Amino acid sequence: MKIEIAGENSIIVYFAEQTSPQVSAQVQQTMHSVEALLGEHLIDMVPSYASLLVIYNPYTTDHYFVRRCIDKSLSELQALTQKEGNLIELPAYYSTESGPDLEQLATNANLSVAEVISIHTQMEYRVYAIGFAPGFAYLGEVDPRIAAPRLSTPRLKVPRGAVAIADRQTAVYPAQSPGGWNLIGLCPTRMFNPQALPSMPVQVGDRVKFVAIQRTEFLALGGEL
Amino acid sequence: MSAFKVIQPGLLTLIQDRGRFGQHRLGLTNGGPLDSHAFDWANKLCGNESNASALEISIGGLVLEAQTDTYIAITGADMKVTINNSAIELWQTIKINSGDKINFAFATSGARAYLAVADGFKIAESFTSTATVTREAIGGIDGSKLQAQDLLPCTPTLGRSLLSLPEQEIPNYSLAVTLRVILGYQQDTFDAVQQRLFFSSQYQLSDKVDRMGFRLQGQSIQSSIEGILSEGICHGAIQIPADGQPIILMNDRQTIGGYPKIGSVIAQDTAKLAQLMPGAYVKFEEISLEKAHNINHLKIVRDQSIKLIEHHS
Repeated sequence: MKIEIAGENSIIVYFAEQTSPQVSAQVQQTMHSVEALLGEHLIDMVPSYASLLVIYNPYTTDHYFVRRCIDKSLSELQALTQKEGNLIELPAYYSTESGPDLEQLATNANLSVAEVISIHTQMEYRVYAIGFAPGFAYLGEVDPRIAAPRLSTPRLKVPRGAVAIADRQTAVYPAQSPGGWNLIGLCPTRMFNPQALPSMPVQVGDRVKFVAIQRTEFLALGGEL
Repeated sequence: MSAFKVIQPGLLTLIQDRGRFGQHRLGLTNGGPLDSHAFDWANKLCGNESNASALEISIGGLVLEAQTDTYIAITGADMKVTINNSAIELWQTIKINSGDKINFAFATSGARAYLAVADGFKIAESFTSTATVTREAIGGIDGSKLQAQDLLPCTPTLGRSLLSLPEQEIPNYSLAVTLRVILGYQQDTFDAVQQRLFFSSQYQLSDKVDRMGFRLQGQSIQSSIEGILSEGICHGAIQIPADGQPIILMNDRQTIGGYPKIGSVIAQDTAKLAQLMPGAYVKFEEISLEKAHNINHLKIVRDQSIKLIEHHS
């Protein structure tokens, strides 16, 4: 556990060198308790894999007070029972039609396409961080058997809903964007909808499980090919 | 509808309020004016609340037509603004009549101008703010920069005082700026030699400058680590990628990232940085967090003590 200055109105808390479901749970717990302790002094927070950035209003408080709040939150951490995040199921239509890298990934991994799908859906992932783009949730960790490096040439256009793998992380693209991850399917659930409340189906600390669906079901759920 | 009509949008003109806060957990960045000092004065000169929506005009080329009687103020970079072909002064309240044509040429000093209107432009908020972040397609009008034919709604206003900022308070945008830095983040992965090099070298603004980040060129600085687990990035953070060339992360930065950071530039100085053009020089100066807090509080006191001058033309 290490607390560092980040900037004139922010402090970053490092929980560990590496992440794990337990570290991620600690980040989430600390986030909620710092939020309650700081109240109106809080401007924003960025939870990530093994750190929490706390941004405060330097005109109503100072870093001594913020540090005390963080210390208090961290000291209460041990006393808390490990709270698991919500479990969210995301439907995914895995196929060569919806996942242009699925076959290549299977070939490289010496697995059948069906095995790749089964391994990807067996694992329960944790939302470690949200960033890169609005609603882009980094999910980990992918079974090493289907982990795959980023494409050497990123695509200019990855469609919204693309289910993708990069190294031991997986994600669903919240909007069409450029991207270098391996695409293995499509998810009809909107990961970021500015018009909806909440705008995202998941938050940092939640657990995610993919459920394989067929083409007809994908289309019925509003998916587009 | 009372409005300004966009005749020519210019290179990059964006609707901005002070920014979007409290939404990082969705991956949304801040947006908001790169030069908050000039932005704040534009609103003050119109008698507005501090978060009123105004325009950030980068480099220039904007042409507007007023479709209402109101007041505006233009601050920041000198873009040789004319109203109905007559040159006008910046940093003061200007009476606008319906039909007036406001024309921005291109910046001759500074890089970004701000145009505020009495009571602010009336734009729907998204995620608590009107700040336009084009990369996210959020804020402003449909998440994009101004387009020709856009209408910028406002309210007709009569009887505002005509105010101007005393001449000695008008910033002089120089070609070199010293950026005050608070050490932080992975600062201990930059050894004493690297830190000394960083604070004693002069850097030049590259042409890779946008609302996400300003890339510098100059003395290479090395961290003892290559990357880190992605973590939250605060405004002004100085990221040092493997090529050793610093990047100062600004209002539209990604909320998380995995490059080592040596510390962060204070917001008062990123505002000055925002007025520099590629090729300009910057230096870094280390300050303590306590000193930064003093500087910030002093600025508030100082700004409050400035007496605006009332004029009658």
